[in-house]
Amino acid sequence: MALIQADNITKSYRVGDMNVPALKGLSFEIGEGAFAAFVGPSGSGKTTLLNLLGCLDHPSSGTLKVNGTDISTLSRSVAATFRGENLGFIFQDFNLVPVLSAYENIEYPLLMVRGWSPEKRRERVEKMIAAVGMTEHAHKRPDQLSGGQKQRVAVARALVGEPKLVLADEPTANLDHDTAYRILELMKSMRDSFGTSFIFSTHDPKIMGEAELTFTLEDGRLVRQGGEACPPR
Amino acid sequence: MSSTLKLAWRNLTRYRRRTLLTALLIMLGVMALLLFVAAAGSFKQTMIGSITDSMLGHLQIHRRGYTASIDNLPLNLNLQPNAVGKIESALKAEPEIAAYSLRVKLGAMFSNFTENTSVRLNGIDPVAEDSTVPALRQRINDGDRTGPLVAPGKVLIPTLIARGMKVKVGDAVVLVVTNASGSVNGKNFVVSGILDGVTGPGGRDGYIHIDDARDLLRMDKPEVMEVAVRLKSLKSLAAMQQRLNARLDEIQNKEGKPATELHLWSDLSPFANIVRMIDMMTLFIRIMLVAIVLVSVMNVMLMAVYERIREIGTLAAIGTQPGKLMAIFLAEGLLLGLAGAAAGIALSYALVGYLNLNPVVFAFGREQITLRPVLELAEVAGVLGLAVLVSALASLQPAWRAARMDPIQALRHV
Repeated sequence: MALIQADNITKSYRVGDMNVPALKGLSFEIGEGAFAAFVGPSGSGKTTLLNLLGCLDHPSSGTLKVNGTDISTLSRSVAATFRGENLGFIFQDFNLVPVLSAYENIEYPLLMVRGWSPEKRRERVEKMIAAVGMTEHAHKRPDQLSGGQKQRVAVARALVGEPKLVLADEPTANLDHDTAYRILELMKSMRDSFGTSFIFSTHDPKIMGEAELTFTLEDGRLVRQGGEACPPR
Repeated sequence: MSSTLKLAWRNLTRYRRRTLLTALLIMLGVMALLLFVAAAGSFKQTMIGSITDSMLGHLQIHRRGYTASIDNLPLNLNLQPNAVGKIESALKAEPEIAAYSLRVKLGAMFSNFTENTSVRLNGIDPVAEDSTVPALRQRINDGDRTGPLVAPGKVLIPTLIARGMKVKVGDAVVLVVTNASGSVNGKNFVVSGILDGVTGPGGRDGYIHIDDARDLLRMDKPEVMEVAVRLKSLKSLAAMQQRLNARLDEIQNKEGKPATELHLWSDLSPFANIVRMIDMMTLFIRIMLVAIVLVSVMNVMLMAVYERIREIGTLAAIGTQPGKLMAIFLAEGLLLGLAGAAAGIALSYALVGYLNLNPVVFAFGREQITLRPVLELAEVAGVLGLAVLVSALASLQPAWRAARMDPIQALRHV
């Protein structure tokens, strides 16, 4: 069974009296353990699509299933529960909580979202912090870390709850070239270690080359999947 | 819960100066309220103690209609021996009553043989009066404080009359009264003491022995005008009033209506109005505290939500439930209120301690008041509860706003 099944999904926004379409009938499937990228220029619909996959927004029409659950119509609190149990997020600006240490940032989803016991949390957080190579910086706060270190912490936070899928919106946009590659390598190794699927968005052609599967979006339409052009709908 | 509080505390330390200033404001508000309550409480207790312990007693019983014309000291509204007996039985049945004193009240002409003036007198049984108003003895500023309050043939006179009539302890004076049937009677007395005046009705009265009073009035029966009652604790006053009223209602006149009336000290003394005014001022200061806490905490929490919109979006995106987000911000407001109030309470205790070591003394009317403020635990707990409750209320709207925030909009916020 595919991890993600999108069937003719659309999304439009109301701007004044106008209905502005952001996604125009997208259909695709992504399997488990994928390392996929949504690519395309700014305004092509990458972030909108990631928001739908992340249960942060609802499609205007169509069906969207993640891990077998139809997430098209989830209520606010059910969507939050679904995100907490099945998804991880990595953001362009890292979005770590500034008053928490690296260790506490990674621990946050287990403590405040999943409610794990202290022993189970400690074991898991220590494993993840070691996996991203941040053990010696565990007690530093975000303002004491470099951009690459922050993103490593963000990767560990996204993975700590053992999600099926991690969504990353332009995860390397605020990093220098070398660091960006190291973060992508880290994400790939995490996928290999934990079997978690990664989907990220980028408009950087060099970065998109690191993806094993690419979906090219243009003006809200899926124009190419992998090397093959998609038929217009 | 502890993790939410821990995170809330960390968030408060994010903008230390702002948190400190807000907590300082709450602290000052709490201090102002507690110090006012403690000082006003001390003033009230001192004054109530002075009024009840040296003059009125905690409550008084009269024949129905007597207090309405008490200024004239009527002689035709006396409690008859039969009623007095029943009243005494009712009082003896109440274990909360410490003592009571039967009084014969009368107006008299006071003469030093060269000039006259009028004086209000209380005929008392010295032992019963001493037990009912134990501070009366302390008002004797000249004369014997150690013996019986007043012996037959002796009179205690107020300072004002002693000065005005140039009378000293040991001087002979004459008291002349007109009795209920209109006949005039006079008797020689020796001044045994000069009494300091106190604020309120009866504060400038003189005292003679009850037998002398009855003799002057030519009473053929042991009638009394007033029964002053002292309770073991002033706290049981309201309950005692209820119970005694029920017992006294059984003493009825010929028309089958209650023959007596019972009044609390507060019904008889104008100082009760000052007490009400102090209570009103306390209420206003309490309202000001609520306003200070409400505005300052709400302001800080609104700022906190506005400054952390992206963070709220992030926390929501990674699965934090709206209720949990709300709890984080509510906890921040609560902790802020709690910290400010706790600091205010600690400083109030320190200041009250200082004021007890270095008491403030000031004149109120003819009395010297020494303030010895006390912080009642119930009052402190009430103020703490109020500050925390108002802080929670002030945080409610910002916290609700954070919980209802659309994660996408929040994540886009710059």
